[in-house]
Amino acid sequence: MNATLSRRSLLKAGGALVVSFALPVRAYAQQVHASDAVLGRTLDTKEVDGFIAVHADNTVTLFSGKVDLGTGLRIAVRQMAAEELGIPVDRIAMVEGDTALTPDQGPTAGSTGIVRGGVQIRQAAATARDALITMAAEKLGKAPKDLDVADGEVRPRDGGQGVSFGALVGDRRFELKVDARAPLRDPKTYTVVGKPLPRPDIPTKATGRHRYVHDVTLPGMLHGRVIRPASVGAKLLDVDKGSIAQIPGVQIVRIQDFLGVVAPVEWDAERAARALKARWSESATLVGNQGVREWMTAGPFESDAVLVRKGDASAMASGVLQVKSGPFYWPVQTHGSMGPSCAVADVRADGATIWTASQATHKFQPAFAKILGLPEEHVRLIYLDGAGCYGMNGHDDAAADAALLSKSVGKPVRVQWSRADEHGWDPKGPPQLLSLSGALGADGRIAAWRTEMWLPKATARLPHVPLLGPEAAGIAQTPGLSTGLITQNGDPPYQVPNVEVTVHWLKDAPLRPSNIRAPGKIANIFAVESFTDELAHAARRDPLEFRLAQLNDPRGIEVLKRAAVLIGWQVRPPAAPGTSRLGRGLAYVHYKHNETYVAMAMEAEVDRGSGAIRVHRVACAHDCGLVINPDSLRAQVEGNILQTLSRAIYEEVIFDRARVTSLDWASYPILTFPDVPEITIDLVDRPTEPPLGAGEAAATPVAAALANAIFDATGARLRTVPFTPDRVKQALAKGSA
Amino acid sequence: MASYSFHVNGSARTVETSDPDQPLLYVLRNALGLTGAKFGCGLGQCGACTVIVDGTAVRSCQMSVAAVAGRRVTTIEGLGSPERPHPVQAAFIAEQAAQCGYCTNGMVMASVAFLAGKTAPTLDEAKAALADNLCRCGSHPRVLRAVLRAAGKVPAAGRTTP
Repeated sequence: MNATLSRRSLLKAGGALVVSFALPVRAYAQQVHASDAVLGRTLDTKEVDGFIAVHADNTVTLFSGKVDLGTGLRIAVRQMAAEELGIPVDRIAMVEGDTALTPDQGPTAGSTGIVRGGVQIRQAAATARDALITMAAEKLGKAPKDLDVADGEVRPRDGGQGVSFGALVGDRRFELKVDARAPLRDPKTYTVVGKPLPRPDIPTKATGRHRYVHDVTLPGMLHGRVIRPASVGAKLLDVDKGSIAQIPGVQIVRIQDFLGVVAPVEWDAERAARALKARWSESATLVGNQGVREWMTAGPFESDAVLVRKGDASAMASGVLQVKSGPFYWPVQTHGSMGPSCAVADVRADGATIWTASQATHKFQPAFAKILGLPEEHVRLIYLDGAGCYGMNGHDDAAADAALLSKSVGKPVRVQWSRADEHGWDPKGPPQLLSLSGALGADGRIAAWRTEMWLPKATARLPHVPLLGPEAAGIAQTPGLSTGLITQNGDPPYQVPNVEVTVHWLKDAPLRPSNIRAPGKIANIFAVESFTDELAHAARRDPLEFRLAQLNDPRGIEVLKRAAVLIGWQVRPPAAPGTSRLGRGLAYVHYKHNETYVAMAMEAEVDRGSGAIRVHRVACAHDCGLVINPDSLRAQVEGNILQTLSRAIYEEVIFDRARVTSLDWASYPILTFPDVPEITIDLVDRPTEPPLGAGEAAATPVAAALANAIFDATGARLRTVPFTPDRVKQALAKGSA
Repeated sequence: MASYSFHVNGSARTVETSDPDQPLLYVLRNALGLTGAKFGCGLGQCGACTVIVDGTAVRSCQMSVAAVAGRRVTTIEGLGSPERPHPVQAAFIAEQAAQCGYCTNGMVMASVAFLAGKTAPTLDEAKAALADNLCRCGSHPRVLRAVLRAAGKVPAAGRTTP
């Protein structure tokens, strides 16, 4: 498909759609230039014009396929472009995740916003700078080497009259390929990258002016609700239309088992959805949350696979001390977004526009085209901020709901999920089960290591996460997202000569799964770093010393040492359990074995009477290479720590044979303010290294650091998440749980 | 249709509804176009919809439009704007105390109500005051710093938070 043509034809075909709603609101003053909408700028990632437009008024618009999910990408990408281009960040606008305006840079997932998205735009900006200097050289009669960019101008290095970007190329195209070899600024000269610049979206968020997808209104828009089945997989038998006859203006939409209502007034749609009487077939196909753990080792299984094999794991037998541990269990969890999913769709005969908080507008464009029976180039998905999602929550389902309802009633429809919809029906983080064994050599080091995993096959290379609405409506769907690489980091990050990691793939998943922050790796590192602690204990070695002795990656060593300093770690042999009120724990990760380095130390205490855990201090040393914005980076690390403490201490989706029953914040509690520990973060900045992701890595050592601290304080080893008071008391009584 | 009159951000407003039980939140967001208050749970559990009614922070998803008749409602839009933020909003901006920002309305409104009755709060008092406001992104340390900042206790810059 010709991307330029597609944008033009879409704009032509759906002109009314395009102008019916302002483009994503930017906190930075300027609106997206009208010229952007008519330029027909390419969506090609190989073209500078795909990413960057310079305007006659000497402002710049960036077109980013990656979106800001509350992570600070919106300022960080601006900083990367501003540094290369030589224009202040507040003269840069940014359009995010609009299939008609932004290049496809892949989903905003897997901590790739900066690493892939930002780096691509940075290279386009560097190419543009070279081009601007070449253009100016001709105008100014100077050699390019004697010119530089600053403040939106190309200027002679020795002073004198410059020429503005707007005068050089304003509202015209560069017509230039992104040059992979266009030189980047020397980090020693950085003036924008590495600075804690404030985010452009905070002033509007703090004053109630920020426009979320939840806040979109269109002329003639109806409010919609979808009534989910009484149980997972239930069929709709009949609907009693009379049950909502007294509510004004309500229309019922039924497509096979898909049932919705729309009304001009939101509250009328809401109370109609609550009041509508529908009869569903009963269904009892689930294993229930209590049954997941047994189900995982009972099967049925799809296949077994060896993920890592290094040396000879049968060396296990020759170690002087064999240690077995597990199983470690991580339950099904929800993304738990603060705002239930919402989307607005305007589906017409000749085209559709969908406003969505999707992490993957480009990836879902063909899916929505197929669902709606429209040509792909006539379906436009526009990203707008939603509540933080941390993976694929219900946002794509809500978008499909809105699309189906809008198509049915011929008007724009806004669908707002309820809290019970989100807790009950968002695709869930899958359960994980791991057993580990290892052997210590005579030198007290780890001689052999084996990890055995049980995982739902439906979580690996899943062809798609089927969207609820189309599935209920009997509409075929194209592949969408997978759940992420959930087997990574199952092997230790240390020098161990003999390692084997295997997985037993289960045929099914307990509930519809999707990617959830740091997919799989939070549980894997919980197991690996808890077990490392067990091995250190068996070797009678200090956990910090034990790790450092088998680590030869200098960046790994540095974060471990820095975290130890932050928490005031004293090297000592393992204390007799119970001798200290406060336990201390440590965990280390090299994310995906080739990305960000994190070491985390924690101090926690257990109330032996109630079983309640109290985390006092968390110290985190973090090395993600080049730091773009240290303040936004800290915010990500803080969020990773607190969200994962919440998942480790509180969270498990409760479900029976038929349905999820933890449908609100009382039955699915999360961490609250009184739980918040003191957090100290040390950022290792490596300006000459590539920038690495920070949206996930610091989440992964949290549960192990906490479990190790609890072991240090009590001698009880927690291997089952969440660490509820009952489970803690059971562990105190038995030594483990 | 019944109609109800009340003050919103200093202006007299009258709204019509077919259902007197319609929650204030829906009236604010739709009839009055004030979308700063957010729908988070509809159960009074999360705080995203918090507004101030006659000086008290309330969950607007739990208060009917009929119950608000004749009263004075302040929403986050009534506190200040990006150009002229209320001191609490200014503190949130200074501390960059939001990630996705969906809960931020509730955090700001609960903090305003809390600080109206408390001049020099301790960290633990701030934590207790916000105990029923949920955040999923983990913006808690920054929110706490913002509350202390708004109370005149400018937190020391550094790598330890709150």
